[in-house]
Parts: sequence; C-alpha cells; structure tokens
Amino acid sequence: MFDFTFLWVLIIGFGVLMYVLTDGFDLGVGILFPFARSEQDRDVMMNSVAPVWDGNETWLVLGGAGLLAAFPLVYTVFLPALYIGVFLMLAGLIFRGVAFEFRFKAAPNRRGIWNVAFFGGSLVATFAQGAVVGTFIQGFATEDFRFVGGPLDWLTPFTVMTGLGMVVGYGLLGATWLLLKTDGETQQWARRWAYRLLAAMMVFFVIVSLWTPLVDEYVRSRWFDNLTWLWLLPLGTVLVAARLWRSLGRENDAMPFIATIALFALFYAGLLFSKWPYVVPPSYTFRDAASAPESQLFLLIGLLFVVPFVLMYTAWTYYVFRGKVRADAGYH
Amino acid sequence: MEFDPLLLSRIQFAFVVSFHAIFPVFTIGLATYIALLEAISYRTGDPNWARLSQFWIKIFAVVFGMGVVSGLVMAFQFGTNWSEFSYRSANFLGPVLAYEVVTAFFLEAAFLGVLLFGRNKVPPGVHLFAAVMVAVGTFISSFWILSANSWMHTPAGFELRDGMVHVTSWLEAIFNPSFPYRFTHMAVASLLTGGFVVAGVSAWYLLRGHAVTASRRALKMTLVMLAFAAPAQLVIGDYHGLNTLEHQPAKVAAMEGAWETREGLPLLLFAIPDAANETNHFEIGIPKLASLVLTHELDGEVRGLKEWSADERPPVGIVFWSFRVMVGIGILMIGVALWGAWLLYRRRALDSPALLRTLTLMIPLPFVAVLAGWFVTEVGRQPYVLYGVITAQDGLTPSLTGGMALFTLIGYITVYALVFTAGVYYLTRIVRQGMPDTPERVLDTTGRPKRPLSAADTPLDEAAEQAT
Repeated sequence: MFDFTFLWVLIIGFGVLMYVLTDGFDLGVGILFPFARSEQDRDVMMNSVAPVWDGNETWLVLGGAGLLAAFPLVYTVFLPALYIGVFLMLAGLIFRGVAFEFRFKAAPNRRGIWNVAFFGGSLVATFAQGAVVGTFIQGFATEDFRFVGGPLDWLTPFTVMTGLGMVVGYGLLGATWLLLKTDGETQQWARRWAYRLLAAMMVFFVIVSLWTPLVDEYVRSRWFDNLTWLWLLPLGTVLVAARLWRSLGRENDAMPFIATIALFALFYAGLLFSKWPYVVPPSYTFRDAASAPESQLFLLIGLLFVVPFVLMYTAWTYYVFRGKVRADAGYH
Repeated sequence: MEFDPLLLSRIQFAFVVSFHAIFPVFTIGLATYIALLEAISYRTGDPNWARLSQFWIKIFAVVFGMGVVSGLVMAFQFGTNWSEFSYRSANFLGPVLAYEVVTAFFLEAAFLGVLLFGRNKVPPGVHLFAAVMVAVGTFISSFWILSANSWMHTPAGFELRDGMVHVTSWLEAIFNPSFPYRFTHMAVASLLTGGFVVAGVSAWYLLRGHAVTASRRALKMTLVMLAFAAPAQLVIGDYHGLNTLEHQPAKVAAMEGAWETREGLPLLLFAIPDAANETNHFEIGIPKLASLVLTHELDGEVRGLKEWSADERPPVGIVFWSFRVMVGIGILMIGVALWGAWLLYRRRALDSPALLRTLTLMIPLPFVAVLAGWFVTEVGRQPYVLYGVITAQDGLTPSLTGGMALFTLIGYITVYALVFTAGVYYLTRIVRQGMPDTPERVLDTTGRPKRPLSAADTPLDEAAEQAT
C-alpha cells in the first residue's frame, strides 16, 4: 500500500490544500475589495496580504509541475478539459498580480483602475477554481486515457454553483483573515462580512451536498449504500460552523480564521474521500494516473530537500509580518 | 469558418514562450553582473560600485517579476495544448521541468529576499553571498529548462513502451547530445544581452552627463567583457551548428537554404526560398563558404532539403531568415564590441559620442537576436515536437478545436500586451529616474514585503511622483 505513488498522493494533496488555504484568503481579500468602506481601508487590506500573496501562488506552479511529473494523466486530462477555465484563471491571476504591484506605485487619484483589476482578477480566478472542483465531481469524458469531451463540459449549472460557492468560501477566508489582521472600525466591517459570508457558505454547503449525489452515482452509493464514517465529515462541518459563528460574536481575533481553515479542510477531505481512489473520475484511479516509479523517485529526492526549506521560509515570512496591519505600514 | 488547432497552438506556444524568454535571458546575464558589482564593492568599499549595484538590482527585480508572471502561463501550456506529447513524455519531462520550478523556488526562498532587501540588514559578506547564489540559481534554472528543450531536439537515454517514454539513463537523457552546445550558446547569449543593456544604459547616462563616475566604470568593464564574449559566441555558435548538422541535418539545410545535396555549397547572403517549387529566388551568395563553415572543407558535401520528403521538411523561409537576422546581429555586436575595445585601448571610448550613441541604439538588438535564434532552432525541428519520435500533429491535445485555440491565443496576446506595456513603461521610468546622487536611504524594512517588484520604489507616473 505505502509506496512512492502513495507518498506522491500525500505530497500533491498537501500542496493543493496549501494553495487553497493560502491563496484562498488573499483572493478573498480581492473579492471583498469593492465593498471596502474607504480607500484607506483598501490600503490596509492590500497591506495585509502584500508580503505573502506571491509566495501563496507559488504552490499553484509547484502543483502544476508536480502533477505532470507524478500524475501525468491528471495533468493531461484536467487541462484540456478545463481549457477555457484554465485560461480565465491564469488571466485573472496575472491581472490581480499586476494590479497589486502598480496600485501602490500609482497616484492616489488613479488607483480606481487597479482596484477594478484586482477585484475582477480575484473574482474570475476564484470562480474558475470552484468550477474545477465541480468538474472533478461531475467526472471527465475519457477514452483510452484521453479527454474526449467538449470545450464547455466544465461549465454546467452544477459547476456554476460550485464556482459561486468557491467565491463565497474564499470571501469568508478573506473576511476572517482581515478580522485577524486589522482592528477598530475595519475589523468590525470584516466581522459583519464574515457573518454574511458564513451564512451564505452554509447555504451553498447544503445545496452542493444535496446536489452532488444526484450528479454522480459513485458518490451516491458511497454515502448512502452503507452508513460509513464519512458522515463524520458533514457532522464536523456543522460543529465547526457553529463554533465559528459563536467566535465571531466574542471579539476573538484568531479563532474565526482557524475555524474557516478547518471548514475548508473538512470540505477537501469530503471531496477526496467521496471519489477515492479515483483521481480522474469516473474511470482512472491514482494508480492509473501515476508516472513511472523511477520518475517519481527522481523528483522526490530533490523535493524532499527543497520543500522543508520553502516551508521554513513561508513560516518565517508569516512570522515577520505577524500582528495588526495599518494603512501607513511601510509598503510602497 | 474552420481554424487549424495545430497552427494556432504553434503560434500560441511561440508567442507565449518568446514573450517569456526575453525576461530570463536578461536576468541571467544581469544577475551575473550584479554579483560581480557586489564582489568589487565588497573588495574596494568604494560607494560608486554599491550605487551601480543598487540601481541594477531595481531593474533586476522588475524584470524578474515579469518573468515570474509570464512563466506562470508556461507551466500550463504543455497540458492545455500539447497534452498528448506531455502524456507520452511525462516520465522524463515532468521531473525535469519540476526541478526547474523547485530550483526557482529555492532560489527565491533562500537568497532573492536577502539580495533585494538585505543590504542594510545582513553583513556585507552575506549580501555578496546572496548575490552570487542568485546568479548561480538563474544558471541552474536555465540548466533544467535547456536540458528539457535539448532532449526534445536530440532525445536520448529512454525507450518507448506502448508509445510512452521510459527513462533508461537519467545521465544520458539530461546530458543529451545537443545540451552542452545549447547551454553554452544560451549562457553566452545571456551575458551578451545583459552586457549590451548595461552598456547602452550607461552610454545614455554619459551622453546626458548623469552619474558620470559610476556610468564610466560600468561602461568600461562591460566593454571589456563584450570584447571577449561577442567573438566567443561566434565560435560557440559554429560548434552548435556542427552538432545540429550531425543530429538534425534538415534544419541546417533550411538554415542554408540548400535544396540540392552538393559539394562546395555557397553561403547565401540573400535569397527568397520557395518551398512550393523547391528552389530559391534572387540568390546572392559567397561560393563554397557554407561548406567551409559546416564541414571545415571547401568542397565538403552538405545534404539538401530534397533528401527529405516534403512533409519531413521544416518551413524553410522562417528558418532561413531568422538565421540571417541572428547571425547579422551577432556580427554587428562583434563589430561594436571590438570598436569599443579599440577606443578603450586608445583611452577615447568614454568620450566618443558616436560610440555612446551606437551603444544606446543597440539595446533592443540582443533580444531580437535571441528570439531569432530560438525561431531557427524551434521552427527548424518541425514537423517534430520530440525529434524523430512524436510530430507536433501527434502531440496536440486531441480534444482541442480551432475555436478554443483562437480564443486563448487572442486572450494571451491581450493579457501580455497589457502586462508588457505596463512593465516596459515602468522600466523606462526607472531608467529615466536614474541613480540617486546620495547614498541609499536606510529603508524601514520591517513592514516591507519580500517580493521582487517592491524592491523598485520608483512611482508609476508623474502624478504619483509628486504625491510622494
């Protein structure tokens, strides 16, 4: 059971979760951008993610390259199937990245255009990522290890729903992040948005949970044929959501963000275990998708050396920029 | 209307990769120059060297940032448009490309932050070490990329099982036959690109009387480097060409515009290749010179394009003319470099307005030469994507339609046009702002993010400049 391929499942699984959690909150800050109370608040919001956002996105590149190396079938089915969606996601990420850099360098009266680019890029990239999740649940039309579906298979009512759910979810991550990183009026504003977005996210949670078994028979039989331990996941979701709701009312700065991370981890686990062992549903398991063992080993050697370094650096960056952010804090 | 997904995907890949390539080719050379400046500054303690280094680190930061943004797209192109090729060759290409990403991360995580932001926070020796490691890191990154690319030209160290590549020898695959030549050729191209940009900007500053002491030093040392590197590139390029002749003779035939196999092949200075009629129009050439260059004998035999069936030949016109653009600029660079060295020897270089103006005008040319060179080698291996094993047609994503490919092609052109315009505009502003006369302010770096672009604090426009 435990071999290189399984180890690679853990590595890629960890990388994707890291990406979703970290880039999730900075994309969420972008989604909340137009609703900010003032331009000064927008400065605070950007400052709060400025030191870390591009480090967060490096997980995406590592994920892409790691998939090609360890599970090429996932890479070569997902990307053709999500062709248009991948383009929209990349365009969105590029726009918001450029907006990030140039907003601080632009004159105050010319920041409007960069604000729009930052919001629009974040929104489109997030929606596209949510649609990827929906497409994964729907499954891919494949034949002989190749994607054979159409260009818009990834855009259905169901994937639109998961896309919007992702927008709300990242928005919640962003709001609770801001709750952690700001104080005073700005924090109260973030708190109000956290309430709204948590409520909206639970609505999406219920809709997607009810809809998923209808979309996919495999998921239905896995959940309903027998009473399994899987049911602990939605139970945990409800408990964590309740804990999050209460912590929002208690002037607690860190707990809402931690609880939101826990919510995402539970959704992620639910998604993976609903489909396990399939990684290119409905036909191919992680074993079918794996590259040759010698190729997996070759990259593993380098990765085991570098990843601890990247993790240490990431932790150090977050440590250096810990604490509350203010509008005038040193960012140019 | 039907669009050809193969042609559109090729155009898209060429566009995306060309756009991306101009950033790393510059940063590799520039990183080496910065490491050298830091080393001299460390040895002498003369603030003029630190001032130069600070200025070029700012430029480096912006160009590096743009390279990262455009590189993001590259990580996905292989899957979106060339999934069949990626799937069949993933056992080699996957780990090698991932190693490039991992190297870049390691570099960024460990040393880039120290180089960009650490001047006043770490001991000078540590800062110098970081500068050297960033330069080494950029070379390691290009090592992996060029290994992957060379393997696609001269595949080695693998066997096919059910059409899938399986690596039999990592050493043979990574150090495949064309890799040493391509890597050296590209490394020197990076030095030339960085060198001509530094020389051009320094010359422009001297013409305007800006930062004279620092600019004179920068120009002097760069001219010395170019006087060695530019002629050396000609020799390296010749060896690279001989390697290509051995492994991809059809590409060389296209470069020379040679249709018939013959002895004493002329070197064509001008011609309009006509693929339909398998001939050239308006040929002007130097007799026997191509044979001399390629075989090192006046009457050496060179195989012509007619040795291959029409569907095995690369598009002749693009290869033929790209090659002439590259070599033409290369010879121009040698001429300017030697002229500069001669004036330097006569102690007149830094006061010659003609040389200074020429150097300023030369700034874009190395970039054009690099892209032309890539066009020669990439178009020249058509119709294959993995030479002799997988054609571009077979490597294409099976589900890709012409409409999809057109949509993203237009999309990437739009996105890149915006990014490129903003980036070049901003770089121009940094250059125009010039080097500050006073030593660098000690910045409050406690709240400062460790990201490349924030190392440049030049405002984006005039209004912003007045506001700060």
